[in-house]
Amino acid sequence: MTGRTAGVPILRLGDVLVTGLLNELDDHSATAFTEELTERISADDARGVLIDVSRLELIDSFVARTLMELTTVARLLGARVIVAGMRPAVALTLVELGLQLTGVETALNAEQGMAALGWEQVAHVPGPSAPAALGDPGGSP
Amino acid sequence: MTLYDDDLRALGGGPGEEPPPPSAPARIAIRAEEDLLTARHAVRGAAVEAGFGLVDQTRVVTAASELARNTYVHGGGGALTVEHLHGPRRGLRLTFEDQGPGIADLDAALADGYTTGAGLGHGLGGARRLMDEFQVCSEPGRGTRVVVTRWTRA
Repeated sequence: MTGRTAGVPILRLGDVLVTGLLNELDDHSATAFTEELTERISADDARGVLIDVSRLELIDSFVARTLMELTTVARLLGARVIVAGMRPAVALTLVELGLQLTGVETALNAEQGMAALGWEQVAHVPGPSAPAALGDPGGSP
Repeated sequence: MTLYDDDLRALGGGPGEEPPPPSAPARIAIRAEEDLLTARHAVRGAAVEAGFGLVDQTRVVTAASELARNTYVHGGGGALTVEHLHGPRRGLRLTFEDQGPGIADLDAALADGYTTGAGLGHGLGGARRLMDEFQVCSEPGRGTRVVVTRWTRA
């Protein structure tokens, strides 16, 4: 288990890092994730971080603590963290557990989180000059 | 039929092992960090089987995650027993046992924000709020046993 990472991709879109947490998040991976993301914020000069948690079927006190610490560390580095896509059942349980993720900014979903970080969805109207291959990963000949 | 830890380890997909009848009590060793995930899986499966809705499943698995971590981190390891309750009401009972140092001050341990470890101090009290019944016996130097139950609604 040496040198293990959280095993999730961290993508850079402009000055925003986009990542997510997988459901099978154990304590070790959660800690590894914090460290990896912190290094990337610094290395990539990120101003914003979107963490999608829509796959997490549970957020217990350890994961909650990880998210709160990450938010604080990112803020100290000058980046803004948005936790997006929490499942309703997870949110209810967190509140009953007594955890409000104080200080952690949230969004209903990744799209709204990205919008809050300054990314806007641009409506694509397929014009006559639009390449037909767009959105066709199958690559018809 | 009694299941021992080695049998249960084999349940994760080991060939040749016959799975136990669905509602037999299952015992899961909590000896390593990986066992916390195993415990979560077992409890999730049992909660689905017991007929809990999604929110109740989440409550039960989250409580189990907190208590399993306590068993591992504070109790130095132990075991979880998952039991289906039938009769007039259906429910799920989880028993966490360890032979660790015990809890010196139970009232303090149940209060939010009290922690001696790496958590947020919401584990024990939080688990109590997420379950219908909660019982903890602890003897300093002898270990801790936490028994929690949640009943199905409807």
